[in-house]
Amino acid sequence: MSPSITELISLLGTDRVLTNPEDLIPYSFDGTAALRQQPQCVIFPKTVEDIVGVLRVATTQRVPIVTRGSGTGLSGGSLPVKDCIVLCMVKMDQVLKLDEKNLSLLVETGVITQKIAEIAETAGLFYPPDPGSIKISTIGGNVAENSGGLRGLKYGVTRDYVMGIEVVLADGSVVWLGSQCVKDVAGYSMKDVFIGSEGTLGIITKVLLKLIPKPRVKKTMLATFTQMDAAGETVSAIIAAKIIPCTLEFLDKVTIRCVEEFAHVGLPLDAGAVLLIETDGHPAAVEEEAHLMEQIARQHGAYSVTVAKSAEEATKLATARRSAFSALARVAPTTILEDATVPRSEVAKMIRFIQEVALRHQLRIATFGHMGDGNLHPTFLTDERNATEMERVEDAMQEIFDFAIKLGGTITGEHGVGIAKKKFLPDAIGDQSLNLLRRLKTTLDPLGILNPGKIFDQ
Amino acid sequence: MTEKSLNLARLDYSVLQQCMHCGLCLPTCPTYDASKLERNSPRGRISLMRAIADGEMDITKAFGEEMYFCLGCLACSTACPANVNYAELFELARADIESSGILANPKRNFIRWLTVKFIFTHPLILRMTGRLLYFYQISGLERLLRKMGVIALLPRSLRDLEPFTPRVSRHFSDALIKKTEAPSQRLYRVGMLTGCMQDLIYSHVNRDTVDVLLAHDCEVFTPRLQFCCGSLHAHNGELELARVMARRNITSLETLAGPLDKLDAIISNAGGCGSHLKNYGHLLQNDPCFSARAALWSEKLKDIHEWLAIIGIRRPTGLCSPERITYHESCHLCHGQKITKPPRDTLRTIAGLKLVEMSESNWCCGSAGIYNITQPKTSKKLLDRKLQHIKDTGATIVASANPGCSAQLEAGLRQAGSSVKVMHPISLLAAAFRSKQ
Repeated sequence: MSPSITELISLLGTDRVLTNPEDLIPYSFDGTAALRQQPQCVIFPKTVEDIVGVLRVATTQRVPIVTRGSGTGLSGGSLPVKDCIVLCMVKMDQVLKLDEKNLSLLVETGVITQKIAEIAETAGLFYPPDPGSIKISTIGGNVAENSGGLRGLKYGVTRDYVMGIEVVLADGSVVWLGSQCVKDVAGYSMKDVFIGSEGTLGIITKVLLKLIPKPRVKKTMLATFTQMDAAGETVSAIIAAKIIPCTLEFLDKVTIRCVEEFAHVGLPLDAGAVLLIETDGHPAAVEEEAHLMEQIARQHGAYSVTVAKSAEEATKLATARRSAFSALARVAPTTILEDATVPRSEVAKMIRFIQEVALRHQLRIATFGHMGDGNLHPTFLTDERNATEMERVEDAMQEIFDFAIKLGGTITGEHGVGIAKKKFLPDAIGDQSLNLLRRLKTTLDPLGILNPGKIFDQ
Repeated sequence: MTEKSLNLARLDYSVLQQCMHCGLCLPTCPTYDASKLERNSPRGRISLMRAIADGEMDITKAFGEEMYFCLGCLACSTACPANVNYAELFELARADIESSGILANPKRNFIRWLTVKFIFTHPLILRMTGRLLYFYQISGLERLLRKMGVIALLPRSLRDLEPFTPRVSRHFSDALIKKTEAPSQRLYRVGMLTGCMQDLIYSHVNRDTVDVLLAHDCEVFTPRLQFCCGSLHAHNGELELARVMARRNITSLETLAGPLDKLDAIISNAGGCGSHLKNYGHLLQNDPCFSARAALWSEKLKDIHEWLAIIGIRRPTGLCSPERITYHESCHLCHGQKITKPPRDTLRTIAGLKLVEMSESNWCCGSAGIYNITQPKTSKKLLDRKLQHIKDTGATIVASANPGCSAQLEAGLRQAGSSVKVMHPISLLAAAFRSKQ
């Protein structure tokens, strides 16, 4: 047994330090396809003091620490590195304080995001970020990856709801960043440095979240188009009409076929694109916006627009979009979900390019995603055992990211860089920016023990 | 054991690879929910199976114990976006564990031999066991032993289980149901499977099922002596025995009702059995003599609620006394067979009943085959959670369509001193049909 494990056991007890292969193999991956690495051990802290102690051990023994929530990430951010300690946060899951006067919620970072949404809901409030893994992802993971979701266009992403965080730094000091105040300019906005830092700068232990009043009503509609361009133009026209719907999601032709085969929701198989549109807020405004958007969709070539008349019907319409990932995931042994993102004016161009790349590389790529905020999910339906096909996947991915950057976009909208997108980062942000990231990392983690080798190599 | 002789290694690798470890199974898995350890989760278990198939890990005792800690409730397969066939992986893994002998010890070997290999493969012996238990229960001997404190002398593990002994019915199904029963006007011909637990402790549910089928103009063929469907064997690592049971049941129904293609349906009223019975086609796919017949069997096999939904359920003119009712979903009916609406529709068809949904209705009650015997602690926790949800609805009846669940709930309710009754939806429907006459 390595000295670090002996020390960890004396710190946490045998129950909270896993070292057997049967325990470690299930922690050798996160939600990212085709990446595996077994850690040296997995530990479960329960208090901030536990984590401070673990950092002391890691620092003296020079053992890397990979912080992990529920392991649903899609870029390898919480994938173990060789011989690391996996610091699993799921047992630090206390809800500390719901403050209805200041519209905030203080939680430990192991709390499941869904639970946060439910707590807000029972108080008549709303926590908008809803990543695809909301039912099991931890809020700590969401903050570390700055997760998005379906409501980005109107409500923003996780970062927009973080008022404060408690962080344990690599040297073991515990800092609180941010405050209860809506306005607070005392010093650098350091919390923003940690949001989206993917566990490379510190270990986030508490989060103070902002909640907002729950919108009173919501209206859902589904528009079907023969041509993908028409859907793109509809989106542009909706934005140009000064309407910000809360959801503006689309499915491309390949996705429509898979969804229809799987869920039988009545999508026409010859459709080129489907848009799911939702608007929420004050009843009068919602009514007016829904009416306007229906008109706009029809003017721009939608051959059918269905407006839900009840909550039940709304759920049914949303099924098409919600089941997109499930429908695609069962088509092939390996599903690689990407999140290239472009300014929303360029969405149609980007989708066309993805379709062209798929054809040229003889790959199956289905695209769906958040048309309203330009965040696309080109999804590769492939097989990791087929080496030559995987090479073509790599090439296609490179081309897609290059093109996204050319359009003024980014390589990742909401999944993070982790390991999966590390090699694309220099092109995406440029050498000077990358240097700044490196200098920041060196300052905060001089020994390089926090999730080393993620985002960029030191 | 060489790697290639393992079921897991021989399996088409894409079944294992289909798991993309997204984690969406985690919140639905009762064992992960309890421990928050990945090893106790579906994707964790699949990763271990994959390591074994890849030759990176041997079948170890820890792996064996893990696979028997899994309830096999299949809640994960409902949550899985990628449609991973967890049921098959679960059965193959347990079969590999059994053939490796890693968990073998004299006590376990004896219990497995007695139950899985002996009693449940011989229907006459099963009935004889049932008969003995019945006389023990009605003769007053059981009460006497309990009163004298003899039960208290049993080892703790047995003592805790003793109240869970199901109450055995007075008559078996073949005393209540004729070989062939015909309605006045025949629209369909169906085979009727009476099960073994259902036959032993709830034979009246089988009678009720036949009555409901007759009320829907089905001619019903019920073989006299039926065999365990084999789910007990398949779920406990004895796939060969499961195949033996499947062949016997197919033959037995054919002998009474003729070739299966002449039947419109084969009816099961037990969620757990139905889920396995539907799998005969896959189980016997490599058996030259049976593959086609088994495929036909799987195609015809319908859960009773499912069948009523297909042919159009008839509304009984009779009423039930007004009762508040809640529905507990058998795991293998809702997750195994994906049947969730028809049983509820059955209950809604009955005038007088008010259906109130309970929280987590599709969460395992802890019965899980013989899980309440092998893992009593976890089972008890799940039962308590379920009982609380039942209580919260304020219902006077809880409907359940699987004998294992019913026995578990009855024992739990009895111990808690609750007056809530456990009924099969079809028994309630049958009662409503009868009350008009």
